[in-house]
Order: sequence, then C-alpha cells, then structure tokens
Amino acid sequence: MTDKKKLKVATTSLAGCFGCHMSFLDIDERLFTLLEHIEFDRSPLTDIKTCSPDCDIGIIEGGLCNAENVHVLREFRKNCKILIAMGACAINGGLPAQRNHLPLTTILEEVYHTSPGLANGMIPNDPELPLPLNQVHPIHEVVKIDYFIPGCPPSGDAIWKVLTDLLAGKEPTLEHGLMHYD
Amino acid sequence: MSHTFTLDGKVIPFVDGQTIIQAASAAGVFIPHLCYHPEFKPHGSCKLCTVKVNGRHTASCTMRAAPGMVVESETEEINAERRALTQMLFVEGNHFCPSCEKSGNCQLQATAYHLGMMSPHYDHFFPNRAVDASHPEVLLDFNRCILCSLCVRASRDVDGKNVFGLSGRGIKTHLIVNAKSGQLADTDFTLDDKAAQVCPVGVILKKRRGFAVPIGERKFDKAPISETADTTEGR
Repeated sequence: MTDKKKLKVATTSLAGCFGCHMSFLDIDERLFTLLEHIEFDRSPLTDIKTCSPDCDIGIIEGGLCNAENVHVLREFRKNCKILIAMGACAINGGLPAQRNHLPLTTILEEVYHTSPGLANGMIPNDPELPLPLNQVHPIHEVVKIDYFIPGCPPSGDAIWKVLTDLLAGKEPTLEHGLMHYD
Repeated sequence: MSHTFTLDGKVIPFVDGQTIIQAASAAGVFIPHLCYHPEFKPHGSCKLCTVKVNGRHTASCTMRAAPGMVVESETEEINAERRALTQMLFVEGNHFCPSCEKSGNCQLQATAYHLGMMSPHYDHFFPNRAVDASHPEVLLDFNRCILCSLCVRASRDVDGKNVFGLSGRGIKTHLIVNAKSGQLADTDFTLDDKAAQVCPVGVILKKRRGFAVPIGERKFDKAPISETADTTEGR
C-alpha cells in the first residue's frame, strides 16, 4: 500500500456497448494492484450517479448519439482533470456513427413504422427520453480529450498499459500488438 | 555506377536512376508510404514518404538519390507531419476498422499504427458515399478510398483497361468507374486484373473472402509494417 492519496477515477459508457468496460475488467487480478492506487468515483462499477468535483481521471466509452450523452460528457470534463477516450466509438463514433449518412427521420421511420412486422408503431416521444442527435460524434469533437485508447474493444493489456503509464507520470504509448483499431 | 547517401545516419547504396525510397527499400530501410508501389511509376500524392533532403522537404518516391545526400526520415518532426496527414485521411473518409474486411491487412491502418496515431484528432467529415456491389466477384466500398490512384495506374498501365479514374478537383476528388452507368459490372474488370490486387485499403474487396483469415491473425497483426518486406498485398 502506498501512503499517497488515491486517485479518483470515474468511468461511463455513452453511445457504447459496454464492451470496453468488459475489457477493462479483463485486467483481471491487476484490478487489485490498481485499487492500491485509485478509487472509483462515478462509474457503472460503483453505481454512483454523479461525478465528485475532484476526480483525477475520467474514462469515457462510446460516442455521442443523444443530448444526454453530451450532458454526461460535459459533466465529466468539468469534474475530471484528465479525460481518456476508451475504444473506437469514443474515438471516431464507431458502429453507431455508421448511421451518419442517413437522415434521422428516415431511420426512425424505418425502425418504428415501416419495418416488416410492426403494427401501429409510433416513434417514442416521452419527454424523459433524450433527443437523438442528427449525427453520432466522437467525443473529442465536443470537449478536450487528453488521451485515447484505440480498439474495439481495446484489450485489457492496452487499457492497463495506458493507465499504468499515466500512474507512472509517463506519456502513454501502445507498441505493436497493443495498438489496434479493430 | 554505385554511390551512397545517408538516411538517418545509415549509409545507403544506390544506382543511377533509383529514387530515395527505392534505394532505402533495397537496403531494407522502411519509409512510410501509401500511394507508392514498387511496380508502378510514382504518383507523389500522399506525401507520407516525405523526407528531409539536405534540410528540405521532398517526396522520397519522386526524388532521385544523389551522391552524398543527407536524408532524414524517422525524426519526431517528420513523423508528426506524417501522422497529421494520416489523421486527415481517416477523417475525410469513413474508416470504421472494426467492421472492415481489410482490417489487419490495411496499409493505412498499419501506417497509422507505425506512426503511433492514437486518435483522428480532427473533426470527421462522415461523407455519404455509396458502395458498388454490382460486380459478381468484387465489391467497391468508396468510403475507404484514399485516392492513391494505384487501381487507376494498374488498370491503365498493366491491364490496359482504364476501368478506374480520379474525377473532380481538390477536396471533391473522388474515384470513379469508367462505364456509362458508373457500375463496375458494366466494365470488363475481372478478378485477375492487377487493379484487383493493389488497393492498399478496403475499397476493392474480393467477395466471399471477408473474414476467411480471422482478425488478429492478419499480415500486420503478425509484424509491424516497418518489418514487413512486402507491404503491398494482404489478402
């Protein structure tokens, strides 16, 4: 155990599939080593719903597909000293961004009205539902992102490498074998 | 007549008429490149192979080697410029590696790995480009085209068919198929064409081959592009 104050780490998944978070858990028993240096703040792992104002590292999975995603991302930027984009969707929009060449109305019409097997479908408009954005955007197009971990998902080893580089005060790098976009 | 120049301090022999990249390649030294292909006349358009010769920027695929040249390539400054060029290529097209059949065999991707590209940095264009699945054996996915013109040169200079062309100017430049319908099926293009073999990215894809080799076991998964002697064909 170190006497140093533990770093506060917050994580979230925006327009992602939680695959990156699963991959994060793939660091396996190294989680115990990590927990000697960090504590989790807002995260699906803790179920804490809002960021403390003094988070050190925010890890974002997924891109921005609706207004709530943008709100959460801005909350992370405001409360975290360092923001990390984790995975393909956060970095370039990924799979959700492959709708970007289609008009949103066309997509909603097809999903809720015209697909075979739909009867009397309606496009959901409950005020609680966040409004979809016209296009899916990578997170660096909205706020400043300090570091990126590419991959779909990045391997547990790649995530571990970036986090341990940062904890050691080094600029994170990924050598051949850890650097993957697929 | 044999002479030498230096590349990042290493002595590189060359013969008259060789370009810098040809001499470097013969000596086993990698210079990043996308539109250069050893079997074709240089195009000089991607600028990834830019080096500094006696302190001045030049494309190493078009510059002939000369005795005593001092060439710099693997420097932080030049690689930062190469990385920026690569990032621009990524945001100008739709490069979604996880769903691309070429992933792992793609020169653009492997070059980005070599340059340590952790993010695309710029805002994405997300252009709207249709795919052409008309041909029975080959799919064209224009979303990934980087305008290297290798298919244009191969079809024109080797196959003698002129199936492909670059049309438009500047940011509007795009790859077209030379048929009245614009469809590949309406050309005499075949799988045996040289043009079917040279695409460095995932535009010209053989149908029904997609994931025959799984992701993780492909050419540039096994070794980085800088250590892969033949960077040209991956499928």
